[in-house]
Amino acid sequence: MSHTDQSRQAPVLHLEDVTRVHGQGAAEVQALRGVDLKVHPGEFVAVMGPSGSGKSTLLTLAGGLDTPTTGQVLVEGVALGTLSRKKLAQVRRRSIGYVFQDYNLIPALTAAENISLPRELDGLSARAARREALAALEELGIPELADRFPDDMSGGQQQRVAIARALIGERRLVLADEPTGALDSTTGEAVLAVLRARCDAGAAAMMVTHEARHAAWADRVVFLRDGRMVDESVSQDAASLLVSAAANSRKVDE
Amino acid sequence: MSIRHGLLALLDQGPRYGYQLRTEFEARTGATWPLNVGQVYTTLSRLERDGLVEAAGEDDEGHQFYAVTDAGRAELRTWFDTPVPRTSPPRDELAIKLAMAVTVPGVDVSAVVQGQRRHSIKALQDYTRLKGRALAGETGPGTVPSEGNDLAWLLVLDQLIFQTEAEIRWLDHCETRLAQQAELQQARAAEAARDGAARKPGRLGRRTRA
Repeated sequence: MSHTDQSRQAPVLHLEDVTRVHGQGAAEVQALRGVDLKVHPGEFVAVMGPSGSGKSTLLTLAGGLDTPTTGQVLVEGVALGTLSRKKLAQVRRRSIGYVFQDYNLIPALTAAENISLPRELDGLSARAARREALAALEELGIPELADRFPDDMSGGQQQRVAIARALIGERRLVLADEPTGALDSTTGEAVLAVLRARCDAGAAAMMVTHEARHAAWADRVVFLRDGRMVDESVSQDAASLLVSAAANSRKVDE
Repeated sequence: MSIRHGLLALLDQGPRYGYQLRTEFEARTGATWPLNVGQVYTTLSRLERDGLVEAAGEDDEGHQFYAVTDAGRAELRTWFDTPVPRTSPPRDELAIKLAMAVTVPGVDVSAVVQGQRRHSIKALQDYTRLKGRALAGETGPGTVPSEGNDLAWLLVLDQLIFQTEAEIRWLDHCETRLAQQAELQQARAAEAARDGAARKPGRLGRRTRA
């Protein structure tokens, strides 16, 4: 889907001129200074920046885990700031999936149980939730892990289970924080390819990373500096890529 | 020397004609380093002159075939057995540009860094898209689909990706170093100003003590 097609649809996530100030007086830190960012269905956005640039703050605001000092955060058109605690918890559980660097799987639960837990909290029957979990595992190519415990899985397997958990149900927004942190390069690549495929299938994702090689899987890479978006790089239509890849590269000298 | 040895490697698998060599070279490298037929023929005639390949007849359509000689095979083995030299690094335009930028007054070095970073990330996004496709089993440009070609193309893409990533990491590092340098200079300037003030206690110094 091209960028212009996406722009015609309502964004799944809209950070509307958000600022975030931590602390007061002399200890005051401006973590974000007016960031406006939209993520549309089918779009994969990566946020890059040095430590202290506001990347993590951006992600916690987008996920409703923190509230902006000014501005607002809309998820599927709903301003998170206007919601009651209970409603906010519901949006967080139903619309947003999180993928963290350290997976955060519950060790006492199997892969399938970890994935189905949020759906059961949504009021789904255990059987229906398990069915969804198995389907999610199937989609990620790891159905054989369903009844395994996190301790019996490799890092890459745990991370794929975490992604399955992030994508189960109606969730259309995936927020990821260095999701390939501890993985080797080909396993990390497989995890990113899964995220990419989910976005190509219509989900929206925002990923924070300091690795350019990982950010490059995104359609759009935004650069944060001192709490501001200073620049961005938008990937072009896939059709023109081969031509430009060839044109951009050097010729070999004999 | 890459075209020379690339062609020898292809001919090692059996006699081929010029256009065929070009197609197969690009199938393995995904047209990343486009070759024109002229380059192929020039290289072939030099290889022939050096005794590394020899003419091996024509087919019905008049294609001139070439075959690798024993000397050519030996040359190819030597190539695979010898590391690519790193002792005299190729000139890097970006390194030269930044080296100049930090010494020429009035150049906004951080703008140069960010402009390059945006460009390089964009290239990285493009390469990654291509890799995503290659991983999904879609072949590279103009390839004769075969497992070996796909693998070769993936490796070339990975190389482009890692090299571009290295450049971006270096840019990040440059930025940090520039910021540190600026801080250091500020601190020195502040120190110099303090020393200056200390030598003239008649102004700030006495009033604050009073």
